Amino acid sequence: MRNRLKILRAERDWSQGDLADRLEVSRQSVNAIETGRYDPSLPLAFRIAKLFDLPVEMIFLSDD
Amino acid sequence: MPKYNAAQRRYNKRAIGLSLLYVLLLVAAIVVFKRMHPSGPLAWLLAILPALPIMAIVAAMGRYLVEESDEYLRAMEVRKSLIATGFMLTVTTGWGFLQSFELLPQVDFYWATIVWFGGLGVGGCVQALRR
Repeated sequence: MRNRLKILRAERDWSQGDLADRLEVSRQSVNAIETGRYDPSLPLAFRIAKLFDLPVEMIFLSDD
Repeated sequence: MPKYNAAQRRYNKRAIGLSLLYVLLLVAAIVVFKRMHPSGPLAWLLAILPALPIMAIVAAMGRYLVEESDEYLRAMEVRKSLIATGFMLTVTTGWGFLQSFELLPQVDFYWATIVWFGGLGVGGCVQALRR
């Protein structure tokens, strides 16, 4: 699954650490999600969507 | 975020405390067996004592998985444990057959746990290579 996390983070001038703090997860988690090594659970995906005030499907995109 | 989160700090504290307890109980058991040559129920109790902290460390690892609120870290830890389990089963099965055909010496069962802990190291390396 692809995602626009890096772009959305850059638009707000947030570091991975800033985003991790806001989501209350580790920086490794943010890095793993951003680079596509880890797909977040539905609850975490919704938390991310809420933080960016966007629908989930505007952040996470299907590979096909 | 600090280097270790709350769940990791709690696990580290438990693991260090239990490791120290293991060393203490092992030394105590060896000394008592050497000097007093216990027998019967006392011998059984003394012999099992050093194993208890090791069992508790395995339980502490399970508790860490329950307490870890970061789902990515939890998933990585679960993956590492699965790699360790596969590593331990592979090594012990191979060793067991070679031992059955008298090609390798007989080893104590507790080596399975040591191999499993070694497997955690293998799992850590596998994960580091995948990054």
